[in-house]
Amino acid sequence: MTSTMQAPPAVAPEGAARPTVRRRSRSARRSVLLTIAYWTLLAYFLLPLAWLVINSTKSNGDLFTTFGLALPSDLHLWQNLQDLVTYQDGIFVRWFANTVLYAVVGAGGAAVIAAIGGYALAKYAFAGKRAVIVTVLGATAVPGTALAVPTYMLFSQWGLINTEAAVIIPSLVSPFGLFLMMIYAADAVPDSLLEAARIDGAGEFRTFWSISFRLLAPGFVTVLLFQLVQTWNNYFLPLIVLNQQDKFPLTVGLSQWNRLANAGGVNVAEPLYPLVITGSLIAILPLCVAFVFLQRYWQSGIAAGGIKQ
Amino acid sequence: MAIDAVQRPQYARSVRRARVRRRLSVTAWLMLAPFITVFVVSVIAPLLYALAISVYQNRIVGGTVFVGLENYLRALTDPLLGEGVIRVLLFIAVQVPIMLSISLTAALALDSGRMAGSRTVRLGLFLPYAVPSVVAALMWGYIFGGQFGLVGQIWGAVGAAPPDLLGNALMLPSIGNIVTWSMVGYNMLIFYAALRAVPTEIYEASAIDGAGEWRRAWSIKLPALRPAMLLALVFSIIGSLQLFNEPSILQALRPSVITTNYTPNLYAYSLSFLGGQINYAAAIAILMGLVTVIAAVFVQVVSARARRQTR
Repeated sequence: MTSTMQAPPAVAPEGAARPTVRRRSRSARRSVLLTIAYWTLLAYFLLPLAWLVINSTKSNGDLFTTFGLALPSDLHLWQNLQDLVTYQDGIFVRWFANTVLYAVVGAGGAAVIAAIGGYALAKYAFAGKRAVIVTVLGATAVPGTALAVPTYMLFSQWGLINTEAAVIIPSLVSPFGLFLMMIYAADAVPDSLLEAARIDGAGEFRTFWSISFRLLAPGFVTVLLFQLVQTWNNYFLPLIVLNQQDKFPLTVGLSQWNRLANAGGVNVAEPLYPLVITGSLIAILPLCVAFVFLQRYWQSGIAAGGIKQ
Repeated sequence: MAIDAVQRPQYARSVRRARVRRRLSVTAWLMLAPFITVFVVSVIAPLLYALAISVYQNRIVGGTVFVGLENYLRALTDPLLGEGVIRVLLFIAVQVPIMLSISLTAALALDSGRMAGSRTVRLGLFLPYAVPSVVAALMWGYIFGGQFGLVGQIWGAVGAAPPDLLGNALMLPSIGNIVTWSMVGYNMLIFYAALRAVPTEIYEASAIDGAGEWRRAWSIKLPALRPAMLLALVFSIIGSLQLFNEPSILQALRPSVITTNYTPNLYAYSLSFLGGQINYAAAIAILMGLVTVIAAVFVQVVSARARRQTR
C-alpha cells in the first residue's frame, strides 16, 4: 500500500497531460469578503456533523432537554457506545461487520474487474471492442435504482434473496471504473513495454499482473475508493434484497432503528434515539477519515470524470 | 492464389501475425469476461426480466395473464404516479440550479486563489459526500424535526413559533437542502478540476490583452467549464429522478407527509413490496429508466447544438 501512495499523481486525463503550471494564486490578493462568505458556507456544511458528534455524547434525557449544540450535563458517550454494541445481542456490531464485508469484497472486486477489463479495452485490438464500449456506456444511462426492483424480482427467481451475494454481485459492476481504467491504461502503460515483455516470452496475464498492474495502481486506488463510498453508503438494494436483520448493512439497520424510535408504542421503555445518533456517528467515521487522508485520489477520480467528453 | 518460393516467407509471417492477433483477441475477451459476466447478471438480465414481466398481470381470476402494454397505459394515466413525477420535476427545476450555482461559485472562488484557507474549505464542502444519504437524512431530519430539533430550539429561544420544516409545504425544500448538502462538494470538484485544466498561457494572453478578473471569468473560465457543467447537470437530473433514500428515511418521521407515492421510485417500491403488484412496478421502473435516458440524451443534444451555435 505504501508504494502506491508514493506513486505519481493519479489519473492522467487529456487535460492533465499538459505540464502542471504554477498557479497564479500566489500572486493574487486575498479577498476578505470571499473568505468570510465561504467560511460561513463551510460552517453550515459542518454544522450537522458537529451536531452529530455533540449529541452522541448525550443521554436520552439530555437529548430532549438541552440545546442541540450545547454540551451535555454529563458525558454519556461511553454509555451510548456500550448500549450500542450490546443492544439486541450486539446486532450493531454485526451490521458494521456486514458493511465492511460488502464494501471490501464489493469494492475490491469491482476495482480488480474494472482494472483488467479497462486494460483489455485500452491495450488490445479485437473485433467487438466498440460494441462492448457502446453497450456499457448506454446501459450506464439506465438509473441504478430503476434496476433495483427488477433485480429483486430476478434474484428472487434465482433464490439469491437474503444472501450476501445479492448485495455483493451488483456492486461488482462499475462502468465508471471500467472507463476510468481504460483511459488511464491508455496513458500509463506504454505499448513498447508490452512488446518487450512479449519478446521475452511472458504470457499476457503474467505481463498484466507483474508489470501493467503496478503501473495502473494509482488509477486502481481511485476506482477502489469511489466504489468503496458507493458500497458503504448503499441503501436501496440491500433494503429490498435482504429481509433478515443479521444480514443488514449499517444503512438499513440504522433506518430500521429510526423507524422503531419514531413508531414509539412498542418500545417506549427503550430509548432508541441515542443509539441511532451514536450509531450514525460510528457509521460515517471510517469514510470521513479516509476522505481526509486520501484527498488526492478522490480529486483525481472526479477530475477524470469531469474533464472527459 | 499460388504461393511461390519468393512469397513463402512473407506468407508465413502473415499467417503467424494473424495467429498472434487471434491469440491476443482471445486474451482480451478473457480479460473482459469478469466484467461482462457481472454486467450481464446485474444490469442486462434485470432489464430484460423487467421488460418480460411488465407485459403480464396477476389476476385473482385466471392467474398471470399476458396483457400487452396495459401496465404501461395504466402508468401513463395513473394520478398517483403523476403526482410523484411532478414532484421530482419541481425538485429538479429548483434544487439542481441552486446546487450547481453554489458548486460553480465555490469552484471559481477556490480557483481565484483569493480565499484564505481554501484547502480547508475544499475538503469541508466535499466531506458530506462521504456521509451515507441515510445518515444525512437522519441527521437533518432530527435537526429539522419537532422532537429535539435544533431549528425549533433556536426559534423557541427567540420566542417565535418555529416553521414546520418537515410539514407539507416545506418537506420538499428540506429534502433539497439534504441533497444539496451531500452533493455540492462533488460537483464543486468536477468544476474545479475543469478550471485547473485551463492552460495558464490563455490567462497570460488575456492579461496582455487587458482583460480584468471578471472578463477572464466570463470569457475564459465559463466556456472552459461547459463540458463539466453538462456532465454535472446530467448526473444531477438522473440522481433527482431516482430520489428514494432521503424521502424513505424521512417517511419514518412524517408518514403523513411522505406518502407511498411521494417519488416514482418510492411508488415502485411500495407497489412491489407493500402492494404485491410486481408486474405494474416493473412497467414503472422501465418507464422511469426510459425517461432518464431521454433526459440525459436531451441535455446532451441541446448543449451540443448550443455549442455549435456559439462557435
